[in-house]
Amino acid sequence: MQESRTRNFIGNAREALDDGNLQQALDKMKSGFVERRLEARARLPEFDDIRDQAREIKNHTLANLDYYLERFERKVTEEGGQVHWCATPEDARQAILKICRDLDAKTVTKGKSMIGEEIGLNDFFEENGIEPIETDLGEYIIQLRREAPSHIIAPAIHVLKHQVAEAFYETHDQFDPDRPLEEPRALLDEAREVLRQKFIDADVGITGANFLIAETGTSVIVTNEGNGDLTQTIPKAHVVIASLEKVVPTLEDATTISRVLARSATGQEYSVYTTFSTGPRRPEDPDGPEQYHVILLDNGRSKMVGSEYQEMLRCIRCGACLNHCPVYGSIGGHAYGWVYPGPMGSVLTPSLIGVDEAGHLPNASSFCGRCEEVCPMRIPLPKMMRHLREREFDGKTGPATMRTGIKMWAFYAKRPWLYHALAKLKFRVLGAFGRRKGRFRRLPGGAGWTAHRDFPAPQAGGTFQAQWSARGGKRSVDA
Amino acid sequence: MSGRESILGAIRQGLGRGALGTAEKDALEDRIAGHARGIRPSRIDTADLKQMFVDYAAKVDVTVDRVASLDDVPDKVADYLAQENLPAELRVAPDPALDTVPWDKRPTLTVSKGASDGTHEVGLTAAFAGIAETGTLMMKSGPAHPTTLNFLPDTHLVVLRASQIVGSYEDAWDRLRAGEAMPRTVNFITGPSRTGDIEQTIFLGAHGPRRMHIVLVEDD
Ligand code: SF4
Repeated sequence: MQESRTRNFIGNAREALDDGNLQQALDKMKSGFVERRLEARARLPEFDDIRDQAREIKNHTLANLDYYLERFERKVTEEGGQVHWCATPEDARQAILKICRDLDAKTVTKGKSMIGEEIGLNDFFEENGIEPIETDLGEYIIQLRREAPSHIIAPAIHVLKHQVAEAFYETHDQFDPDRPLEEPRALLDEAREVLRQKFIDADVGITGANFLIAETGTSVIVTNEGNGDLTQTIPKAHVVIASLEKVVPTLEDATTISRVLARSATGQEYSVYTTFSTGPRRPEDPDGPEQYHVILLDNGRSKMVGSEYQEMLRCIRCGACLNHCPVYGSIGGHAYGWVYPGPMGSVLTPSLIGVDEAGHLPNASSFCGRCEEVCPMRIPLPKMMRHLREREFDGKTGPATMRTGIKMWAFYAKRPWLYHALAKLKFRVLGAFGRRKGRFRRLPGGAGWTAHRDFPAPQAGGTFQAQWSARGGKRSVDA
Repeated sequence: MSGRESILGAIRQGLGRGALGTAEKDALEDRIAGHARGIRPSRIDTADLKQMFVDYAAKVDVTVDRVASLDDVPDKVADYLAQENLPAELRVAPDPALDTVPWDKRPTLTVSKGASDGTHEVGLTAAFAGIAETGTLMMKSGPAHPTTLNFLPDTHLVVLRASQIVGSYEDAWDRLRAGEAMPRTVNFITGPSRTGDIEQTIFLGAHGPRRMHIVLVEDD
């Protein structure tokens, strides 16, 4: 499993706020995603009704998860593929290694997969003498920089283009060291050229999955670059790594959810490539992989079924909650210290790796409610973050030493810099929303805002709300 | 205990029940067999799905030529390649639907047939369906439809017949279900490949095709 740095969240956040490059990169991110999602939503009047249906599809599936998983497996087998049930990351790594060893694989191309990050697959491959090659441009960039992704759909969002150029100059020593790489186009073309040969030479191709379909035994990837398709089409084996909550009953169910996925993620009407893969190539097919494997990872998810965190299993990893989160927007993804950042990570991470390790992540929230508002699957993220905090408070989760109230006060009181930074950024983000929508329901002073606020201001003599308005609420209303 | 049994056991424990009984399983099978559709965008309730397809395709940087019959395809293809300064060499899907295209009308075009190994600059395939709601093409793999042609050539040319245009993805699934079994690969393709991974700026031509051009044969 990828090593967790979440215990050091405070130190990580401080570093993030002081990192000029990161702050510049985050500034570029903020408006784009938010604007584009709003526009896409406006173009589809049925958007919110489809969200309701998407939620119901996943609720139905989770209530019958055992059946749909078995049915998925049966269909995959019928189509000539194989499902590998893996309770732990180690089980998954070993199953993948065996597939690679049986094919005598030297290089493995990889489409973007958060599960690959979760099970620490790249390091494992290297330890075992197999070269993993990330092929999504963002993943490729961070692989060269030996970093983890900082966003679940835009893994290199924290990297500026001159940093990409540095990584390319350093790694691509087959090219003229004086070539110009100032323009993003030049960077992209160079990556395309380098990776093209890798696609063709790879022995095994690994992709994630956005959906698994019980009806047909199909896995689905949703991408824009085409790297996932080259990854899974050219090598001898296509290995899908997916967590078990990805299953849905039918092609129509996957289609319904796909209508809210890209719109929520990037604001596209539809992603460029939505690819449905069923088994290995057929005997008459002119191309395609000879083997098809699905690594079905649990890693703690089965224990979330029936718990108060079950709703988190509806998540389709669209990233909208990150894009709209003022905390994420000010510290980026790395500070969270594990695979999944932002609001979805603050719920998922403690559920998967334990409250002891990550139980303080839910504190890294302003409870502004934007995440739930934009979540296409209508996951009540703030409510679940409150639950997690209460669990710590009640000491239900083992040796939590501090009670949450004190902890929360301490958390911010000791770190006015963090508080200031977040408050300022939160305000800017919320102010922008308020202005655009012409309403200020969630601005300080309104009941909707204060109802869920429970952390005190760090400075003596100022309540949170008082400080909030002093710091800019009025300015916004005037604007 | 195997991974399978321990995972299924934990799920059932969470759900507070054992494995489903026959009646419950039958109900789930009925739901699958019915594969009910969800809400579809009301914008597809239009008289002119063809125009909607073309409009949405244009929004994702696809260019479209409309022609009356397959006989016109060689001219449009040759002109497009000349206009884009591309070589007059085509890798064409070995598709019976394209067999009647009279390539010799434009003798300067060199046409070979088959899958792509990455050495072809221009590929041409026939689509299975066009989906108006987002200007999306549906391609299926099979002996006549190499998947590599959808991804490896820099330029992807597509022949789509107007009678293949449907309103929604679900309509396209119905057409696929009416035919043979599920193919290995079904590609929904909405424009040329793109990336926003460098500072959030969108560029076309990430790893898949840099450009996509559709010749729409108005057989309706
Ligand atoms: S929690 Fe919701 S908004 Fe966040 S990534 Fe998951 S589906 Fe998207």
